[in-house]
Amino acid sequence: MTDTHQDTGNPGAGDGAADAIDAGTAEAFLSHDQSLRHAPGPYFGAYGGRWMPESLIAALDELQDTFDKAKADPEFTAQVADLNRNYAGRPSLLTEAQRFAEHCGGVRVFLKREDLNHTGSHKINNVLGQALIAKRMGKTRVIAETGAGQHGVASATAAALLGLECVVYMGAEDTRRQALNVARMQLLGATVIPVTNGSQTLKDAINDALRDWVANVETTHYLLGTAAGAHPFPAMVRYFHEVIGEEAREQILDQAGRLPDAICACVGGGSNAIGMFHGFLDDRDVALYGFEAGGDGVETGRHAATITLGRPGVLHGARSYLMQDEDGQTMESHSISAGLDYPGVGPEHAYLADIGRAHYEPITDAEAMEAFRLLSQTEGIIPAIETAHALAGAMKVGRRLAADLGPGEQASDKIVVVNLSGRGDKDVATAAGYFDLLPDDSAEQEIAQEGEQL
Amino acid sequence: MMTHSTGPTPPVDVPDPARSRTGSAASGSKAAAAIEKARSEGRAALIGYLPAGFPDVQTTIDAGIAMAQNGVDLIEIGIPYSDPVMDGHVIQEATVEALANGFTVPRIFDVVEGITRSTDAAVLVMTYWNPVMRMGVRAFAERLAAAGGAGLITPDLIPDEASEWLEASEEFGLDRVFLVAPSTSPQRMQDTVDASRGFVYAVSVMGVTGARTSVGAAARAVVDAAHAAGAERACVGLGVSTSAQVREIGAYADGVIVGTALVAALRDGGVEAVAELTRELSTGTAKAPA
Repeated sequence: MTDTHQDTGNPGAGDGAADAIDAGTAEAFLSHDQSLRHAPGPYFGAYGGRWMPESLIAALDELQDTFDKAKADPEFTAQVADLNRNYAGRPSLLTEAQRFAEHCGGVRVFLKREDLNHTGSHKINNVLGQALIAKRMGKTRVIAETGAGQHGVASATAAALLGLECVVYMGAEDTRRQALNVARMQLLGATVIPVTNGSQTLKDAINDALRDWVANVETTHYLLGTAAGAHPFPAMVRYFHEVIGEEAREQILDQAGRLPDAICACVGGGSNAIGMFHGFLDDRDVALYGFEAGGDGVETGRHAATITLGRPGVLHGARSYLMQDEDGQTMESHSISAGLDYPGVGPEHAYLADIGRAHYEPITDAEAMEAFRLLSQTEGIIPAIETAHALAGAMKVGRRLAADLGPGEQASDKIVVVNLSGRGDKDVATAAGYFDLLPDDSAEQEIAQEGEQL
Repeated sequence: MMTHSTGPTPPVDVPDPARSRTGSAASGSKAAAAIEKARSEGRAALIGYLPAGFPDVQTTIDAGIAMAQNGVDLIEIGIPYSDPVMDGHVIQEATVEALANGFTVPRIFDVVEGITRSTDAAVLVMTYWNPVMRMGVRAFAERLAAAGGAGLITPDLIPDEASEWLEASEEFGLDRVFLVAPSTSPQRMQDTVDASRGFVYAVSVMGVTGARTSVGAAARAVVDAAHAAGAERACVGLGVSTSAQVREIGAYADGVIVGTALVAALRDGGVEAVAELTRELSTGTAKAPA
């Protein structure tokens, strides 16, 4: 499939629907009158909402009601805080990356270490919160979708901890390529169901999870893994990830004595980015950058740069930017990173892009893998390939900041904070294959050729 | 777009509730007229579904005509879509094949026109919302009306998000068939019945499309609730595949919708098998004398 059906350049330019940004909201934002934090949904400007079958609306209402009450309940917030501290290992560190910074124009670079959380990424923040919500609703079963397996593993972890049955939907092709992650989920007590419908990718896993949810909604909570989907998911998933940005803001003030010039995060569905951005949304002088998967390059059509090249549409319950052809059929996305390989994006990102509060740029597979190698060799930290997109973006942002210094300013006066959203252990086989580190006759070589992310 | 709403279920902005409440027969609703005609003959309406372009556009037209000639009152033609979350395996496989065979969305108007030119049956289009949004809601409505279509059945569009469609359907006199389910709250039932035109689609079970041995008691409760909310016509779909089920449901519902069984018949036996199954299903529509 090619992207000849897609518009290029300014996202949504000339598209009537995209012009439907709430003019009042944009003005209020520009005049700094209105806080962008804690946006409750269901709408983020023209995005969000509930484009869902009626059969599921009662469940979404119940979820929203439970979530609203939980947020206001000190017992619930204390439970979340306790799990974050004593199970997930929060607060995560903020680490200055001095040797990596030399490749970022010499600005100061700090890494928000979500990779040090239990299960190795930011995903744990959301699954613990939602699993607690499921328990409050009296549900005994959670279902989840997963691409490479990260959200599936995190969901299985939370379900094991809280005594919930867990079923994970995963593209059939992915279950074969990610056999070790399937085993990991099974070790945690979850059932993994291979999805053979449609393109057998992450979006089809979400479709099958939704079909399961329609049929089993009485007992089952859909533990959606990213800040997308129908209301209240985008606002709720962000809520559980807001801790990232809140900690980072406090830590950078403590360590550097001031706010950063820029925040960098990778964006697939956009959950780690929205959690990180949230702490700084109202700090208008802090630039926010989201880096999408540019795959082979956005000009090749093989990418997942949804905001950069997509058009507004509805998928999986929300109106947002979407990779779609001229018929409104969802297009296949491509990325070396399974976690960013999704043709949609959370609606709050679409809104932040339209009003100009956050900027979204594509990073190619090659750029991401170069940053992956660099961070590993300069800091002794192997990042997730998803995260490597944010690191490659930080290299660009840092160099731009260094090239645009005011009178008397030095590059080292500038500060960039990167959300290091996950560790790269799962990506070792892919990376080893990419950098040709495996002997031709090794078992791992065969695995790597199939894209295994251990 | 409803960009200013603050609650999860903003009030439905119906252009003219008096006129639009599941279409009084006087409103010009083609779906309502077809169901009322069946009612006047002492029958529940039989509604048959097929996906457009499976296996090709001409076959869909031929099969639609065959359904109309063998006892179907309303024809529902689905637009094949990449992410059909309300459909089970049989329909998914058919729509995947239709897309692989080159079906494009504008061909839906050829299908509608091809059927309405040759039969009196009302033809509704069943579509997930993104293809309509992509073409433009008003442009889609205009072309559907020009092709002779009756309106749209919208499985993933709830009235809360439908302001553009409410407007366009009024402008072009098209039916709006929204779904109601066993899980639908009384307030949502009222809002959805009020927003519908033609009939309301009562989902018989919590689940996706596909033949089931029993559609259970939930369907009757949904139909009763729809009628109580003022719906003049409530039709039951999901899981219906035999004339016995048609008879059971037709006793209390105004129409019975059959999908998967017809798709399987077309897949396995072509247009003739669709005609035969339609004849068989239609033997179940007669209502017992009151």
